[in-house]
This record gives sequence, C-alpha cells and structure tokens, in this order.
Amino acid sequence: MTNSWTDIRNTDLAVVMGGNAAEAHPCGFKWVVEAKAHRGARLIVIDPRYTRTASVSDLYLPIRQGTDIAFLLGVIKYCIDNNKVQWEYVKNFTNAALIVKEGFSYQDGLFNGYDEQARKYDTSEWDYEIGPDGFAKVDMTLQDPRCVWNLLKEHVAIYTPEFVERICGTPRAKFLQATQMMAETSSPTKAMTSMYALGWTQHSKGSQNIRTMAMLQLILGNIGIRGGGMNALRGHSNIQGLTDVGLMSELMPGYLNMPHDNEVDLKTYLSTRQFKPLRPNQTSYWQNYPKFFVSLQKALFGAAATKDNDWAYDYIPKLDKPMYDVLQTFELMHQGKVTGYFCQGFNPLLAFPNREKITQSLSKLKWLVTMDPLDTETSRFWENHGDYNDVDTASIQTEVIQLPTTCFAEEEGSLTNSGRWLQWHWPGGTPPGEARHDNWIMAQIFLRLRDLYRKEGGAYADPILNLTWDYANPNEPTAAELAKEINGKALADLHDPKDKSKVVAKAGQQVLNFSQLADDGTTACGCWIYSGCFNEAGNNMARRDNTDADELGTYAGWTWSWPLNRRIIYNRASADLQGKPWDPSRKIIEWDGSKWVGGDVPDIAPTAKPEEVGPFIMNAEGTARLFARGLMKEGPFPVHYEPFESPIANPVNPKIRGNPAARVFADDLAQFATSEEFPYAATSYRLTEQFHYWTKHDRVNAVLQPEFFVEISEELAKEKNIPLGGWVRVWSKRGSVKAKAVVTKRIKPMVCDGKTVHVVGIPLHWGFTGVARKGFGPNSLTPFVGDANSQTPEFKAFLVNIEPTTAPEGK
Amino acid sequence: MALPDSPRTAVSNPPTQGFIENLGPGDVIKRSATTRLPPPQRELTPVAKLIDVSKCIGCKACQSACVEWNDTHPAIEDNVGVYTNPHDLTSEMFTLMRFAEWDNPDTGNLEWLIRKDGCMHCAEPGCLEACPSPGAIVQYSNGIVDFNHDNCIGCGYCIKGCPFDIPRVSKTDHKAYKCTLCSDRVAVGQGPACAKACPTKAITFGTKEDMKALAAERVVDLKSRGYENAGLYDPEGVGGTHVMYVLHHADKPHIYSDLADKPKVSPVVHAWKGVTKTAGLAAVSLAAVAALAHGLFARANKVTAEDDAHAREFLDGNEPGGRP
Repeated sequence: MTNSWTDIRNTDLAVVMGGNAAEAHPCGFKWVVEAKAHRGARLIVIDPRYTRTASVSDLYLPIRQGTDIAFLLGVIKYCIDNNKVQWEYVKNFTNAALIVKEGFSYQDGLFNGYDEQARKYDTSEWDYEIGPDGFAKVDMTLQDPRCVWNLLKEHVAIYTPEFVERICGTPRAKFLQATQMMAETSSPTKAMTSMYALGWTQHSKGSQNIRTMAMLQLILGNIGIRGGGMNALRGHSNIQGLTDVGLMSELMPGYLNMPHDNEVDLKTYLSTRQFKPLRPNQTSYWQNYPKFFVSLQKALFGAAATKDNDWAYDYIPKLDKPMYDVLQTFELMHQGKVTGYFCQGFNPLLAFPNREKITQSLSKLKWLVTMDPLDTETSRFWENHGDYNDVDTASIQTEVIQLPTTCFAEEEGSLTNSGRWLQWHWPGGTPPGEARHDNWIMAQIFLRLRDLYRKEGGAYADPILNLTWDYANPNEPTAAELAKEINGKALADLHDPKDKSKVVAKAGQQVLNFSQLADDGTTACGCWIYSGCFNEAGNNMARRDNTDADELGTYAGWTWSWPLNRRIIYNRASADLQGKPWDPSRKIIEWDGSKWVGGDVPDIAPTAKPEEVGPFIMNAEGTARLFARGLMKEGPFPVHYEPFESPIANPVNPKIRGNPAARVFADDLAQFATSEEFPYAATSYRLTEQFHYWTKHDRVNAVLQPEFFVEISEELAKEKNIPLGGWVRVWSKRGSVKAKAVVTKRIKPMVCDGKTVHVVGIPLHWGFTGVARKGFGPNSLTPFVGDANSQTPEFKAFLVNIEPTTAPEGK
Repeated sequence: MALPDSPRTAVSNPPTQGFIENLGPGDVIKRSATTRLPPPQRELTPVAKLIDVSKCIGCKACQSACVEWNDTHPAIEDNVGVYTNPHDLTSEMFTLMRFAEWDNPDTGNLEWLIRKDGCMHCAEPGCLEACPSPGAIVQYSNGIVDFNHDNCIGCGYCIKGCPFDIPRVSKTDHKAYKCTLCSDRVAVGQGPACAKACPTKAITFGTKEDMKALAAERVVDLKSRGYENAGLYDPEGVGGTHVMYVLHHADKPHIYSDLADKPKVSPVVHAWKGVTKTAGLAAVSLAAVAALAHGLFARANKVTAEDDAHAREFLDGNEPGGRP
C-alpha cells in the first residue's frame, strides 16, 4: 500500500477492482465502511462476480476476467478526452513532459524490438532522449509529439467505450457511469483509492493490470494524498514482510537485487545501480544503493566482509536466470534437475498450478522436507485419497520428513501488514507436542551444516563458515535479536556529516535509521527499509499508542511503519508546486518556507525546495512514470492481452495469444486449451469463511463453509441441466475436479466480441487433509504460466468444461 | 458519576469499565408459567443490538464468535448449493447469516441481502408466554429474554410461540436453545460476542435509545444513496425488539430471507399464558400438560371458539423437539 488501512476512511471513492476486499480482507474493509458511513464515500466494485464487496457497493459492474487493462485504458482515454486531468500534477509530478527516443514505437499490440522466438523485447529504445546537458529532454507545454503525454494519448485512442464493452463485456452505460465517478476525482479536492489484490496479480499480465490503475491515479492526482493511493491488499499475514526482507530468488532485503553471473565483481554490480538523476536537482534516492548493500554484507558476514574482498561480494550466489521462482523450480524438478526440496510454510500441491505436474515433480524428488504447523497436502502428496488424491503410493520413492512448527499465535515477532506497519506480537499460547519455532529449526540445520563444513570441508565453505551468528543462544536466535540485526548498528563511532566533532552513534549502538548507514564498513544493517524499527529508543514495533493526532488517520504512535515510520509514501505529492496542500482539508505535510512540516514523515528531504525537487524521490526523474521506460517486460505502456486461455481472440490483434513477453515452458504450451475444446471462462478466489488451506483444519471454519463448490449462473445451469447443490465435474486440459454446484444470480453470462461468455467460479480452500469435507482446489485445472515480470501464476483466467456427475470416490 | 448498569456504547468493542453486575434474580420482570413474581429490585436501562444489514458483508465472524463464546459444536454439513451454513439455526448454532439474492425491480440491479438471523429479544416474548415450565424462560428489565436450561422440559412450545421461528430443541439433551444476547457478557459490562467480532460495525450494542439514534443516522445515509424506504425494524406487534435491524428496504422485510413483515404473538399463546397462570403446571408431565390444557381451553370462558381451534392445532401438531 502507498497509504494505510486506516487512511482508507479518508477517501471519497473506493474502487475495488482486482480484489474482493470484504471477502478476503474483512477486517481492513471496515475502513471502507467507515468512509461510507462518515464521509458519504461511494464504493464501486468491478468484478466478474457479484461479490460480498459488491453487496455493500453503490455501483457494481461485471467484467470478464483478464480484461482489466482494456477497461482502465478506456477510463484513461475518457479522462484525456474530457479534460478530467489534474494538469498541474500531471505536468510536474509525472513524466508526461519527457521526450521519448525516436526508436520507440507501437503497432497492433506489439512494441518495437520484439523477438517472437525468445518471447522477449530488446528494450534499449524504450527510454528518454537525453540532451547535451546529460538530462532527459522535456517539453513542459506538452506540444512535442514525442513527449510521453502525446504518445499515451495516441496509445489509448482505440479504447473507446464501445471497444471496452466488446472486450470486457461490461455494459457501456455502466462503464460510463463508473468512469464519470472516477473522473470527478481529478479535482484537487477529491480522492479515490484503488484497492486490489490477487484479482490483478494472478494474471500473465498482472503487473500491468496494477500499472494501468497507477497511471490513472496519477492522471487524477490521487497518489500521495490522504484517501488516495494504490493499495495492494496482501493475501497472507506478513506476505508484505516476505517481499520486504527479500525472500524471493531475485531479491535481497529492502528491494536490493541479486547479482547475475555476468556481474563478476562489486564494481560491475554497482555500475548498473548508480541511478544518476535524469533531471536537474532530483534526489534519486537509490544513489545510496552502495550504503545499503555494504551494510547488508556487514550484517551477514561481519569482519569477514572487508573493503579488500569487495565486502564479501563473492559470498553472494549469482543468478544464471532472471529468477528461480516457484514455477521455474517445479519445472526443473519436473525435469529431474531439482532432487531435494525444503518446503517451509508452503503447500505447493494446492498453491501452485497444474497439480498433476506438481505431483509428478514431487514424486521425482529424493527427499522433501516440510516445515508447517499443519498436516499439509504437500507433506501427504504420496498418500492415496481416492478421487481426491489418486496416486500410486508404491511407485513414489520420495522420502518425506515432516517438521512440525509453531503457528503465529505461539510466536513472538513482527508481522508487516499491507500498510507497511511492522506490528510486534507476543505468543498467545504454548506450542503443542513436538512443534518447534522455525528459528530453532533453521538454527539447528545451519549449525549442523556448519559443523559438517568445518569437519569435512567442501566447495567454497567461506560463506557458511563466516556467516554472522552471534546470538546469545546460537541454538535459537530470538525475534528481538533478529529485529535488532535488521535495524542495524554502528560498527565504529558515527559522526554527524555536518559537524564531524559530533558523534551520532557510538560503536555498538543501534543506528537511528538508514540515514546513518555508510558504504565504508562502519555500519551493519540487515534490511535498510526496516532500519529504525528497533533502535536505541527501543522496539518501536511494540508501540501501542492509538492516538490519532489531528484526526489524520495516520496513528503515528501505533507500531512502526517503513520507511522511517512514514504512513503515506509520496506524501510530498499532496502539496502543489509551492508546497501548499492541493486540498487544505486533506493536509498531511506542507512547506513552511524553509522546511517540510506536518502530520506525517515527509517523503522528501526536509529542506528540499518544493519548486526544485520532485516528489518521486526513488525515481531518477523525480517524477512518477506514465511511461515505464525499459522496466516492464511487455512494454512501457500497458496493452490489452487476453489470458493464455481465453474464450475470444484478442480484439487488439487476434494473432497475439496471451502476454507476448510471458515466459512459457514448452510442455506447458502444449497444455493450453482453446475455447473450441473448453468453452467456459473460469476464475478462482477465496471465501471469507476460510483462509487458504489452513482453516479447513479448524472445526468452526469447517462448519461455516463445509464443502468444495463451484459457482455458475442460472443460465449455464439450465443449459447444462445442473441442479442447485448437485454434483458437477469441472475439467480443463490439465485436470478434473468434482464439486457441488452453487447456482446463483450473482454470476451472469456476458457478451464479449459477439460471443456469450459463461463464467465458472472456483473457490480454493479444500483438500484432503483437515476436518472439512474433502475436496479439490482450482490448481488442479489452472495453467502453468505466470506474469511476465513477477511470475505470479495465472490463477484468475482459464478455460474449463462442466457437466453434471455423481459424488467422488472416497467421499 | 454513577456506574452504568448496561454496556452503553455505539461501538462493538467496549473497554472494560467499572460496572454494576446485573441480570440476577432481582432483575427479572417476566418468568414463564409464574404468577407470583416478586417485583424487580431495580429498573435496568433497556439495551439493544442493532444489526445494520447495509453494513454487513456476510463474513460470518458473528457465527464464529457465537460458537466460540457459547462453546457449541454445530455439525459440519454438506454444501447444498447456498452460502448459508449450517442450513438452519440449530441447538448448537444460535445465529445464522441468511443470504438472499434479490432482483430489485425498480433499479434492475441485483442485491445480495445478507441478514443475521437469531433471537430478536421481543419486549413481548411469545416464547416466554408459551412456555409451560416455570422459570425456564425469563425476561430481564433491560429487555434480554433468556432460557434457563435447568427448568426447560424440552416441550418445544417456545418454538410455536416465537413469531420468528428461532428456538431449537437439542436432540441430545432435549432442551431448547437460542441466542441469549450474551446475557453472561452483558451482565459484566461486555457487549455480545457477535458484536465484538463484527469487523464492519454492522452489529453494534448499547442502550436501546442510543441504538435507535444510530439507526436514524444510518437511515439518512441510506436515503442519500437512493434507498428511499430505508428504515429501522423494531416491530410493534411484539412490543418492539431488543435486536433491531437497519434495512435498506424496510417496507419489505420479507425479502430478507423471510423476515416477518408484521410479527405478532399468536392470540392462542396469549390465551395459553393465561391458563398457565392459574394452573401451576410446573410439576406435571408433558402429556398431562397437553391433556389438561386441552380441557382447560375447551371450557375456559375467556377463550373464544376461534382461539380454541387454534389451540387444538397448536397443541396437536407439536411433537416435543419437533419443528414445523
């Protein structure tokens, strides 16, 4: 989230698209209800199904899954055509005025530089013209035909309300009604918030779904203000924390990124991470990258990381592929190239696509270790459960080791919520049986491995032998010790850069925050964006002051928010070029003539002059980007691409299947179906009564939603002769499931490109372990392909067939 | 300042506060099958739970909290094609989200009307009036209608007496169960468990006066959104209720999964109550109660012929533990 859950109560218009906040985030959704009850805010829901969120909305619009980009580009076109643009914001705070290279072009769904064979673009022309002064060229009048604004205008021209209706199936009148409501928030005194979740991410173009709304929010001037923003509702408790501390194959803590194998030394690695400002006076905060990287190396390897050995750069593994995401790893497992797998708090047998492929892959492993508080399907993948897990146990040789762990309520530590708040919590119970904390298990594995390396040696043992492990009890580091390590400390006395005689932190003390980090080995910090969470003032994440000063909705004394306890990022953009709030009633920070002051930590240097320094300090331009340069795999502007399995050909260009830049493995391509074979458009989702595959182990949740079902329209039920509550078989080119039929008015057929499209809704909470009725997950059916940028699987749009059937075997 | 006698708050999660413990025998104003009830020692402030259907997202946190607080064990049922689970109120499930899909003929839009069903805590409780067992059902001066299971004989008359079809008799212990309005929590200054669990403040609890004021604010908001018939459901036919609804379509309660449009206690039950007062039936067996009642009804000069016919129907069609 750019903002916070509590800030949503400040909005005038909540748009829930690509998510179902009431269903999947009922506690956070209270802030929408508050905004409605106390500000008169309106709620728009755009979804293939009439959801629980829709049930309390002011306006609901149906949309065919996988067509959000077309819809939103249609809204952008409307705003441009009808002068619903916050012009001062767009001109000064986005890259609308920057001039793009002549080599950049777009035609019929593809940009310049496409290599069809490799499914990749050469992105070198997707950038700005650089002037003789070394800065990007700019035309503040927006007259230059090559400025971002004019290219965008041209790019969105085809997305008329008629074209949107043809692609999305959304009735034109409703589209226009919603669009007008959104467009009204281009007023500097109106705010719209975008709330989205996996309904946008789980597509082969998920990142561009989100980007398109971000572009709209910039055009409306809704980023950085109270009640505005792009608000990702994270699907797991602490999934925000997972990405923040870099638990992704291509990331390091704090969104630093892993080196590739052609980056042979630190100098080469840092050479592409210098972030020289692209416009005069701009902050380009990533220029501090070396400080954060060197401090991380010092936290990891302590005295073994020295200037002479490039701060132990060689200790860090180098990627030979863009990333080793879960799809890539299971592809390699399927090929027999991954033979052992550690599965910590993860249930891939239900959580990853094409379950048959997952089962085959796990069956090829020599060993599988699961660490989980529950008896997961993954740890029982070898067990036969009739139709529910029809495997030949005798033929599976994988050795499975189950390590029972504690659950969140039995642990101390911090969880980072969607709003970037690190909230410390304490155990509410003692662990059952032999369950142990993950920290203890990981420590045992590490200490035993290190002993083996010490005794027996091995190929390049240095990173293991030199890893910092100075915890009071090496067998079980505490949450507080780890949090302090993440915050960082001074390794030598640190001096005030303005007054060298002043010591700001003594050697051994915690650093105040990342502003004190250095690239000379005098500081250690485990995750720079979290620096400040546990400093000499104590554990700031444990703070519980719920005072809401000036009723801003920031709750600055409640826990701690990264970065620097800032509650609204880009908050500099809430004020105009002179530093005065666009909307006085929505003031959050302002320029007092010499510095930035207000109710939130300014997202800009405190004395940066408002006319000079742009609000988007992480970008080298100082502005936000309507044109993404070379940073998005499928192009600098979003384009409507159909899902890989779609009921219609892409009206933009029928020859393009799926996202042209998405990675597709050869075997999986053969398993993508056409609408002739599989006529119905399926989607998957969560239900309030359950949480993923956990709560089916709990009796109360099992009572509230006991059994796997699929949802279909009354029209499809009639066509297929399916009774309410009857058994149906749903199958795709990759698998088959049996479910109860919920026949509902909440799903209605849509007409897209002249064709009737029926939606089949498939919730995801059932499996073959736990106390709820046995069932299946949608992943038995879904295609093995992910978003081109993040590799998040395409769970939200795929093709199936459906027929009435009898109860499964083993029920 | 005097300590409050009821949790007075328009929010779902009142802080623990200094509080006069209450809902003891001295707070009872009505007692089933009892004539000589001592006058209450004091008059508690009437309380109410307000269920704002327009804020409800149907998450069932209320059901979950109800199960956990009351330590009940509802069965894990099958899916029968709907979101309502369990499929009905049971002796183990005192509250239930009922889901209704309604095509609004005026707007052409679908509305998904989700109503939390459960005991309405009527000011004139039909269950209490119908109950033949002394002290099995009581009403406190704050309006809560509570079942005392030690005194319950499992006859199921409370179900017949209830205009909302709420109580259910357990097949295990043959006693009737329903929502207590968390009388055990309210007695010590806490709101009901469902209200505490509700994430959107669709369920709030406080004095009836405060809840009516809150409802009035909500009705203004709903009218501003085009719900011209938005209103409070606090039906007069049962003397008002201590569980009230804010409805977007208060002119059509029945669209909310058959919420009674004009609930009232059957005249038969009124008559029956009169009989029990003079008969003192507590000690006699159920069969004897029925037989005696029949006889009494037949000759009672206070009872009209029509009431008599209703009474026969009422008693004959009623198996202990059964449901209509």
